[in-house]
Amino acid sequence: MAAAPRIIVIGGGLAGLSSVIKIAEAGGTVDLFSIVPVKRSHSVCAQGGINAAKDLKGEGDTVLKHFDDTIYGGDFLANQTPVKNMTAQGPAIIDLLDRMGVPFNRTPEGLLDFRRFGGTLYQRTAFAGATTGQQLLYALDEQVRRHESEGKVTKYEGWEFLSAVLDSNGICRGICAMDLRSMEVRTFAADAVILCTGGIGAIFGKSTNSVVCTGSAQSALYQQGAYYANGEFIQVHPTAIPGEDKLRLMSESARGEGGRVWVPRDKNDKRVAKTIPEAERFYFLEEWYPKYGNLVPRDIATRAIHRVVYELGMGIDGQPMVYLDLTHIDRATLNRKLEGILEIYEKFVGDDPREVPMKIFPGMHYTMGGLWVDFEQQTNIPGVFAAGEADYSIHGANRLGANSLLSCIYGGFVAGPKAMQYAKALPAQSGDGGHAAEIARQKQINQGLLTSSGTENPFRIWRELGETMTRHATIIRYNAGLAEADAKIVELLDRARNINLSDKSQWANTSFAFARQLFNMLHLARVVVQGAAVRDESRGAHYKPDFPDRNDEKFLKTTKVSFVDGAPKIEFEEVDTSFIEPRPRTYAATA
Amino acid sequence: MGTATLEVPVTQKTATSARRIKVEIRRQASPDAKATTETFEIPYRPNMNITSLLGEIALNPVDVSGRETTPVTYDSNCLEEICGSCAMLIDGKAMMACSALVDRLLGDKPDKTITLAPLSKFPVVRDLAVDRSVLFENLKAVKAWVPIDGSYDLGAGPRQQPQIQEQRYPLSNCISCTICMEVCPQFNDATGFVGAATIAQAKLFNMDPAGSVLKEERLRALAGDGGIQECGFAQNCVQACPKQLPLTEAISDMGRDVFVQQVKDFFTR
Repeated sequence: MAAAPRIIVIGGGLAGLSSVIKIAEAGGTVDLFSIVPVKRSHSVCAQGGINAAKDLKGEGDTVLKHFDDTIYGGDFLANQTPVKNMTAQGPAIIDLLDRMGVPFNRTPEGLLDFRRFGGTLYQRTAFAGATTGQQLLYALDEQVRRHESEGKVTKYEGWEFLSAVLDSNGICRGICAMDLRSMEVRTFAADAVILCTGGIGAIFGKSTNSVVCTGSAQSALYQQGAYYANGEFIQVHPTAIPGEDKLRLMSESARGEGGRVWVPRDKNDKRVAKTIPEAERFYFLEEWYPKYGNLVPRDIATRAIHRVVYELGMGIDGQPMVYLDLTHIDRATLNRKLEGILEIYEKFVGDDPREVPMKIFPGMHYTMGGLWVDFEQQTNIPGVFAAGEADYSIHGANRLGANSLLSCIYGGFVAGPKAMQYAKALPAQSGDGGHAAEIARQKQINQGLLTSSGTENPFRIWRELGETMTRHATIIRYNAGLAEADAKIVELLDRARNINLSDKSQWANTSFAFARQLFNMLHLARVVVQGAAVRDESRGAHYKPDFPDRNDEKFLKTTKVSFVDGAPKIEFEEVDTSFIEPRPRTYAATA
Repeated sequence: MGTATLEVPVTQKTATSARRIKVEIRRQASPDAKATTETFEIPYRPNMNITSLLGEIALNPVDVSGRETTPVTYDSNCLEEICGSCAMLIDGKAMMACSALVDRLLGDKPDKTITLAPLSKFPVVRDLAVDRSVLFENLKAVKAWVPIDGSYDLGAGPRQQPQIQEQRYPLSNCISCTICMEVCPQFNDATGFVGAATIAQAKLFNMDPAGSVLKEERLRALAGDGGIQECGFAQNCVQACPKQLPLTEAISDMGRDVFVQQVKDFFTR
């Protein structure tokens, strides 16, 4: 019998760990690479919960309703087959997490408790306080630690993926990675590779994402020939806490538990929030969207807040902020169901949200687009799979709250077994499989950076990138602004070639590693901006005032971008609509 | 205003640009290198935290004397005190850098110098980054997991009273920051003490209906040298924990269980 398949998983968040568990169970050997210790991955930041139609509240919820909500919420851009499969697996995934010991909130009878989230009328979201992502990640981390102690998994924590190793037929034979302490660059052989490297928040400078969410790995693979799909679809979360260094998420579960969004009816009203009488408050989401109220999908809530602040000029004290109010809910309930996020607000802002309405504003949050994958999570590079936020497959033009954790685990559970199946049928490589050539290419890039004697600081270029992307490629997009952004990115790419690293040492050199990520961020930023420029319609999170309607005839299509002659090349692909006929998306009363 | 796109609120830079924050940072180029101290002055902005201050240095790595230096190496990721990365000594106290707000650190002494240093009980990697992998090794030793049969669909888990969840959940909030170990007088090479975080995780899994199948193995792992008996009840851990875990309660509960297990083992093994 041949040796057990050797699979490399990159990224130790929910998607990565899910695939590791499936591979280890199936007898494969896993090398798990992560920039940070896997227990510190960005999945810990997810707060509100995970969706599955368990229907434990007697509402008649079904997996088909979850399927429909997800497709409708995504404005029909997602391929329907994988979404149908994911929603069907939801209840079993929740049961598994429960068996792993996740401390989900319970009903008095000892069953799992569920709450309502955006874009649905059902209580479908299981939760562990308001730190559900943390609890789920830990449960999977513990299972992987168990497999690690049994010798089935080897962790490479503190290693960064640089590129795939491709043989002369373009088949993946391993990866090239860099040790972020010794700065050693080497290649690792594998029969298949699964990329689970999350979102691209850092491209927007400040976002709700963690520091490692640069999209660097996805971009490197895109520059090696992988398609990047639907890059223009970027979710701006309606409720974030503006901050000096990042935008901290204030979970949708705050609204799921009854939180209300409002501003004073009189824009000159300077009174303390709690003293403003009910009749003098403008609960704009409830007035504009009576059926879903504060729980309209995120793209809709975000645009509403934007309109209140910038078109109606009704932001609190003339600032870009609105109230998110929980003060009408009793303290015991708030502590039992939302404590984690209330503590974040208290620690970083200094006010107690149980007593004072929170001040929030939208912030870049989630990457709906990602590496193009087929229905088995495989990219167009043979042997490279992707799962989680790094792939594009589930959320279409807008992700519903509490679907991300589910899509991560689902994606990992598909990618792991499919990678094993692929690896077992893989013919042996000829020669060295491209390892020597790839390591030489990567070392040359490093040498270039270390010897570059220009004048540019990589962190400064990054700051300019973030400002440009936030200004032109988030809530509202104009073709003129997108063209300006693309020109700016080209300028930044040029300047990045004129870098001067103040630190040229070869030990734990963070600015060196960052400079490498910066190039990848810049190339991926062009994919986002150009995809948005070409898509002359409004769909889900992508909104152009000059093209306010959805245009199915022209744009019910997946954007697929390849890297040709150093620049994005855009093509379109039909969307799988084999189960649900696309219909107009409206969350107003009559929907 | 109609054409305005998403603008992140900008703090008023003009009014406060003159003010500068003084920060003194202990630096070390590699594990074996000699430690040095560098002082920086950073332009003040309201609501800064320690990680944003370190970010400002990376933008312009020049010390107070005008000498060019390198960006400071430190661990960080989520910046919202949930990933556990950025623990360090701030003004001598073990804290998370992301939730350490400059205004609060300075209090009514705006001219005070803030000091930053790496945690003292773990090997320095570089500057403020240390190697805390010992905690993850300890979690292996106490089998901090539920030994499920497999990840395939085996139906719902056992019912669990909300009271059990309410006891388990706070323990499950441990972010592995190792601050409890840093502040513990017993956590040192002489004792080999596992530290409070690991003991709390052993309790968490012993309380899980399915996880309790490994209860005896966990208790035996916590018996003997380096185990729970090393705790000197200084109670520093529970005071320093940024997530307010009930650590001393966990230690005393587990101490009792370990003792009972030892007695049982004495007569039966």
